[in-house]
Amino acid sequence: MSDPDVVLTVENVVKHFPIRQGIVVKREMGRVHAVDGVSFAVRRGETLGLVGETGCGKSTLARCITRLYDLTSGRVIFDGVDISRLSRRQLHPFRREIQMIFQDPYGSLNPRRRVGSIIGDPFAIHGIADGSQRKRRVQELMEVVGLNPEHYNRFPAEFSGGQRQRIGVARALALRPKLVICDEPVSALDVSIQAQIINLLAELQDEFGLTYVFIAHDLSIVRHVSDRVAVMYLGKVVEIAPARDLYDRPRHPYTAALLSAASVADPDIADRRKRILLAGDVPSPVDPPSGCRFHPRCPKARARCAVEPPELVRRPSDSPNHLTACHFPVEATDDLARAAGTGGPPGGQGRSPR
Amino acid sequence: MSAVPLEALPTEPAHVEAVRIIEGRSPLRLAWARLRRDRVAMVSAVTIAILVGVALGAPVIAHLVGHDPNTQYRETGLTPDGLPVGPSRRFLLGTDNLGRDLFIRVVYGTRISLLVGVVSTVLAVAAGVAVGLAAGYFRGAVDTFLARFMDVVLSFPFLLFAIALVSIVGPSLTVSIFVIAFFSWAAVGRIVRGQTLSIREKEYVEAARSLGAGDLRIMFVDVLPNLMAPVIVYTTLLIPTAIVFESTLSFLGLGVVPPTPTWGNMLSDSLQFYQVAWWYVLFPGLALLTTTLAFNLLGDGVRDALDPSTERLFAAS
Repeated sequence: MSDPDVVLTVENVVKHFPIRQGIVVKREMGRVHAVDGVSFAVRRGETLGLVGETGCGKSTLARCITRLYDLTSGRVIFDGVDISRLSRRQLHPFRREIQMIFQDPYGSLNPRRRVGSIIGDPFAIHGIADGSQRKRRVQELMEVVGLNPEHYNRFPAEFSGGQRQRIGVARALALRPKLVICDEPVSALDVSIQAQIINLLAELQDEFGLTYVFIAHDLSIVRHVSDRVAVMYLGKVVEIAPARDLYDRPRHPYTAALLSAASVADPDIADRRKRILLAGDVPSPVDPPSGCRFHPRCPKARARCAVEPPELVRRPSDSPNHLTACHFPVEATDDLARAAGTGGPPGGQGRSPR
Repeated sequence: MSAVPLEALPTEPAHVEAVRIIEGRSPLRLAWARLRRDRVAMVSAVTIAILVGVALGAPVIAHLVGHDPNTQYRETGLTPDGLPVGPSRRFLLGTDNLGRDLFIRVVYGTRISLLVGVVSTVLAVAAGVAVGLAAGYFRGAVDTFLARFMDVVLSFPFLLFAIALVSIVGPSLTVSIFVIAFFSWAAVGRIVRGQTLSIREKEYVEAARSLGAGDLRIMFVDVLPNLMAPVIVYTTLLIPTAIVFESTLSFLGLGVVPPTPTWGNMLSDSLQFYQVAWWYVLFPGLALLTTTLAFNLLGDGVRDALDPSTERLFAAS
């Protein structure tokens, strides 16, 4: 089962946050079902996009993979080793291999420490390079990510948002990891800076043969960077497919709705397009809906959807890697398909798998 | 909007970066620069520096004046009725009821006050930071235990406890220091705990953890530097409190044992004589007031300097 081509396998990962009340004796009042049974595999060198609304469990999943959170259940298999139950000490060598780039370039850098020491942290923690050697390697890294190595002794406050994110990238790449989890690395940046960081990440992927799990809520960015895309809704993956398939032929009504909501640069297309407006808000993850979690908001929902949770499976007419968790997937003739399908030139910017 | 040709726009000369060497200034260095501009704080700092000089140079001052702090000058230092003599050329600040030179005693009192103030504050801050950091960082059962313990300490009646303790072990300088430190650390601990609770949720702590940093490293490398501002402010404000504590203990006869001069026991002794010897109560009281005021004003200045919200005020100048 351990395919050498697969870097990361996520199997049925569940993360619930208990809600406790009481001052001395804490009683569990309920649970937030942040991630509720997610499975996928990431191949070496590919980029898996992970999209979904705020609060759907993307970041929680990222923190489960990097073991910042302990899993409620399920397995995370990295390079053939199940790391989901490893102790802190056992996990230490894997910390080098899996790195994370954080969303907030302001919050993810310690304001009281100099940039050189922040980027040098991975070396210090893993006892790799010392003194002048560490400084040299940090400065090399700064150059790789497009920072001036002379700014070694500056503080994060002296950098712009984009530069700070470059610092975060340098720190993540210091130990040449195999897998990098990018948790919305560009959401906090200006649009003009977003492209710079995205391109930097793409260059570094080619240079160092990195594998990315790229989390975002902006579909056009994910389309640009991803080989495959997984769509999450309320802690579950509802659809996972090669980027081109997913954008051209979304099968899950939620994916279709997301695509129709994505902004389009061309106003003519934007005018012609019909947006699918979803009714209501995302239900509370404390008490998720029965059956298919999307059914209270789904335009195609029928009685069965409220009872039976759909499996994430391939539909006969789809390409082999296109899995959808829906009883009544979107067909090409549906309104939904038309609304979503004009999101861009057919087969447009989706990355071709390598 | 009129179209401006691009060439007409002023462009920044390319060599600017090379000429103007921007040195990385740490937040503490920026705060120091702000503090330097605060006149009240600087006057306080100079006052404190003088006090420290006086404390260190007390024997020299005594030698220059030619009086010893504990010698009773019964011939010259007391009136024929056995009352203290007022300020004169021989006794700059007068004498006390035993004919000792009040000036030299006030000078020597500085030593005790500063020693107790600084040592007990250092102990209290060290303990408070350690306990608060542990409580806030580990949370859970550790936090519950330590936080409740701090609450218990803070709810202790300080003077009753001090009286009880001193009546068992007897008064001394060491006991004073430990009593004061014991009643001061919990307040520091609470502040540090609260700050730690919020800092531990920051993304940079998560980043450190995902790099594989251990708890101790995160606590001391990532969390502690961010606690420095409140800790420094609290330290400067704790010193005067500790000095007053010590004076209170001495005043009640629970502190440093006579004949060692302290401002507290001088004030205590003077109360029977203030109607005939105003200098006896005035000068120790003035010394205490000056010292605590200087530390408090410096503390205020330090707080303002470290508070980023005051930055804008100074950035313009």
